[in-house]
Amino acid sequence: MRTILYILQKEFIQIFRDKFMPRIIFGMPIMQLIVLSFAATFEIKNTDIIFVDDSHSIESAHLISKFEGSAWYTVKATVRNYNEAADMLRKNQAHQILIIPRDFSEDIARGNKASLQIVTDAVDGSAAALRNGYAQAIISGYQKDIIVQKTGLDHFKQPIETSTLFWFNPELNYQTFMVPGILVLLISMMGMFLAGMNIVKEKEIGTIEQINVSPIKKSQFIIGKLLPFWLIAMFELAFGLVLAKLIFNIPMLGSVGLLFLVAGVYMVLILAIGLIISTVSDTQQQAMFIAWFFMVIFILLSGLFTPVESMPEWAQRINYLNPIAWFIKIIRLLMLKGAGFAEIKQIFFILLVYGSLMMTIAVKRYKKRV
Amino acid sequence: MEAFIKKEFFHIFRDVRSMMILFGMPIVQLLVFGFAISTELNNAGIAIYDQSRDPMSKQLVQKIVSSGYFELQQVFSTNAEIEAGFKSGKIKAAIVIGKDFEKHFIQQDGAQIQIIADASDPNTASIISNYLQGITRAFQAEKLPNLKLPVEIKTESRLLYNPEMRSVFMFVPGTIAIILMLVSAMMTSISIAREKETGTMEILLASPLKPWQIILGKVTPYVILSFINAMTIVVVAWLVFEMPIKGSFLLLMGEAILFIVMSLTLGILISTVSPTQQVAMLLSMFALMLPTILLSGFIFPIENMPVVLQGISNIMPSRWFIIIMKSIMVKGSGFMYVWKETLIILGMTVFFGILSIKKFKIRLS
Amino acid sequence: MNDKQIAIKSENLVKKFGNFVANDHLTFEVAQGEIFGFLGANGAGKTTAIKILCGISKPTSGNIRVAGFDVYTENEKIKKNIGYMSQRFSLYEELSIWENLRFYGGIYGLSAKTIRERSEAVLKRLGLEDQRNAHVRSLPLGWKQKLAFSVAILHRPGIVFLDEPTGGVDPITRRQFWDLIYEAAADGITVFVTTHYMDEAEYCQRVSIMVDGRIVALDKPTALKNTYSCKSMEEVFLKLAR
Repeated sequence: MRTILYILQKEFIQIFRDKFMPRIIFGMPIMQLIVLSFAATFEIKNTDIIFVDDSHSIESAHLISKFEGSAWYTVKATVRNYNEAADMLRKNQAHQILIIPRDFSEDIARGNKASLQIVTDAVDGSAAALRNGYAQAIISGYQKDIIVQKTGLDHFKQPIETSTLFWFNPELNYQTFMVPGILVLLISMMGMFLAGMNIVKEKEIGTIEQINVSPIKKSQFIIGKLLPFWLIAMFELAFGLVLAKLIFNIPMLGSVGLLFLVAGVYMVLILAIGLIISTVSDTQQQAMFIAWFFMVIFILLSGLFTPVESMPEWAQRINYLNPIAWFIKIIRLLMLKGAGFAEIKQIFFILLVYGSLMMTIAVKRYKKRV
Repeated sequence: MEAFIKKEFFHIFRDVRSMMILFGMPIVQLLVFGFAISTELNNAGIAIYDQSRDPMSKQLVQKIVSSGYFELQQVFSTNAEIEAGFKSGKIKAAIVIGKDFEKHFIQQDGAQIQIIADASDPNTASIISNYLQGITRAFQAEKLPNLKLPVEIKTESRLLYNPEMRSVFMFVPGTIAIILMLVSAMMTSISIAREKETGTMEILLASPLKPWQIILGKVTPYVILSFINAMTIVVVAWLVFEMPIKGSFLLLMGEAILFIVMSLTLGILISTVSPTQQVAMLLSMFALMLPTILLSGFIFPIENMPVVLQGISNIMPSRWFIIIMKSIMVKGSGFMYVWKETLIILGMTVFFGILSIKKFKIRLS
Repeated sequence: MNDKQIAIKSENLVKKFGNFVANDHLTFEVAQGEIFGFLGANGAGKTTAIKILCGISKPTSGNIRVAGFDVYTENEKIKKNIGYMSQRFSLYEELSIWENLRFYGGIYGLSAKTIRERSEAVLKRLGLEDQRNAHVRSLPLGWKQKLAFSVAILHRPGIVFLDEPTGGVDPITRRQFWDLIYEAAADGITVFVTTHYMDEAEYCQRVSIMVDGRIVALDKPTALKNTYSCKSMEEVFLKLAR
């Protein structure tokens, strides 16, 4: 036990003596949390639209004013021909074109089916789908207006009335969704990269031989090496949670203690993976590359940015091995929905078994004698 | 000089593991992203709480379940079960069908359907809500074909450039940017920091080689590596995902080389301020990797970000590169459409270049 | 030899890397308290052998005992009884002199009090008392190596292995370094030292000379000079290596 303390002492001195490391370890994730949480949003708050108005009628002016009145739209221009509008779309000067044909107002007056055409730049497919939806919604609002005008009814009812309730996040605030996930991401990256590079660093500068030739036990050495990162990660999590509450007002419906319990187990797993990377690499550059490789795959499959359910079967199967996916699921359940131990115990035990397994492999793989 | 570049090459290629990672990784990542990353709705778990249980409501449930977007996970019979269902994490939405559904439906006086969506994921929640509303509208039109509204507007939607709304168009340019950034900037910065750390940099500096020769020697292998990677990604994207290259292939490769050179100068700049490999690595990771993923428009649209971040995204080289690539590959634009973005990247290259030369000189003296 | 205790005993030590034989049937004994020189050109296999004796590399075959323990099964016990100073510099550059002493004392399980006492003694002996808080990075190479040696014997091992301890150091500092080695030997510590400086070979009580993984000569320096009728060890070495 005393031996471990000596290693801990040395590791902490090494981290805090460095001019850059403390700043990077503590400053960067916090900055990232704040910046990225604002950045990571799929909401489409603004769409630049161009109208090609061939109708030139009161009706078309009314429809255009509906778009002008919407907070989601900025009217870029009203042009006479489609080619002009299409060219602007190609130059990335607008996102959408609404074409109002010549007989639009007559069709409405006669009760015929009036037609409109929406053209959306769909290079970004999901944004295009949302923009298309917005335009349709404004048009159907316009339609209701006209119906009310024509029939004189003050309310118009469909045979089926559908309403939507948004639970857990009624304002559909994207940050509520992203912040817990980004927090997981940051502590995982920090832990995996630092653990991954640490032992390789001693290999590279040669001090590892001096350690290997000493009577120190493998377990003592590894605990002494990893504990500092574990503590730093826990501290960052705590600090990040405070920021999440203060800056983003993210709810914390579940138990904080339970969250830290899960996080503690989770970090053991992450550090063990880092350690395995460290033992198979000869240089820090290599270790970094391997860690990066797994990290990017873990992150993009984790459900942080895109829903896991939308992924194909095999990708979801890969996710059984993806620690980040498990922990993001837990942290969202805990913080946003107030799940208790009963609801997360299955994942908790998966993390526990997975963590013990990886740590065993890591300790086995680290050899004092080659 | 030649010998020096050879040595650097040898250094990289000797190590089979590094080689496999360097060339294998981009392809694996591209394939994983391409097949797995999708924002389309598929098999979202839902629960039904049908308070009517009449033939009409059952038909509606049948219609929802058979749409392919949803997977019926649970059937509730009390309100209390709904919350527990959400906490288990198994369902994304619950659909509550109001009492006397069929009766209200036939009388056309507003049969009630309530969609409760798990908005802790707001994006998925609104998409689910939209899809479900679409299904009920279609259901209504199917059951009441003669229903005529006083005014009808038929809207035709056209999705330009990407009618099937495939996300591959988004992430191929993004992936290329990430990989080039990684190999060029991260690897160079670490490789130079390594020479500094192990003291071999001093030996190089003491040699008759001039500083620019040393730097050129260090970066040339990475230029070639990155370029091969860029080609591989484009070819794999084209073969596997049918990613089009509507514009000029030469222009695309030219822009790629410009971006590589820009990344390299950035990598050199990072290495001049980093005393150790770890610092270089962490700096590249947090200053390059996450912003490249998040602030470049790769995943999240830039125009939705707060104004401050939109400002920051302007100084992200990858933002401009992604615009260039999308324009060339997807829209088939020529140089006339992307010269501004090209100029910005060129400007950045010069800026980073001058800055790192200055830093490098200060260190020497 | 027989009346003295044997510190290191190696019979037919063989180490192969694939087809390459780095150590070819090395047989030798080192007595307790002896200064044993392990000579050879670069790449002759010295470092490989030393790593096996220290228990950080596995031999391919051979019967080897260090400090009375078997290298195959009792290598962790060996480690308690040896000190090691590697060819590569083995102190932490970003830590101070004092912190290095404390760290290495700590991982060898010395008590805090012992660490303090012995570290003070080391600082005093090396004349570094004023610089105890200086970072190792800022020390000249010669000082670093003297410090590294002192760290290697801080836990008073029975045997200390020195792998090219004086590489790249000026003659005066080398002389001072050898004074430290003599002091350690006088305290009863067996010194096993590799070097390719042949003047240093003269300081050893006995030397072995390795060429291409094999030991080609093993005796007292004076005896070797007689056998090969040379004036210096340098000449002996050149004769054998050719």
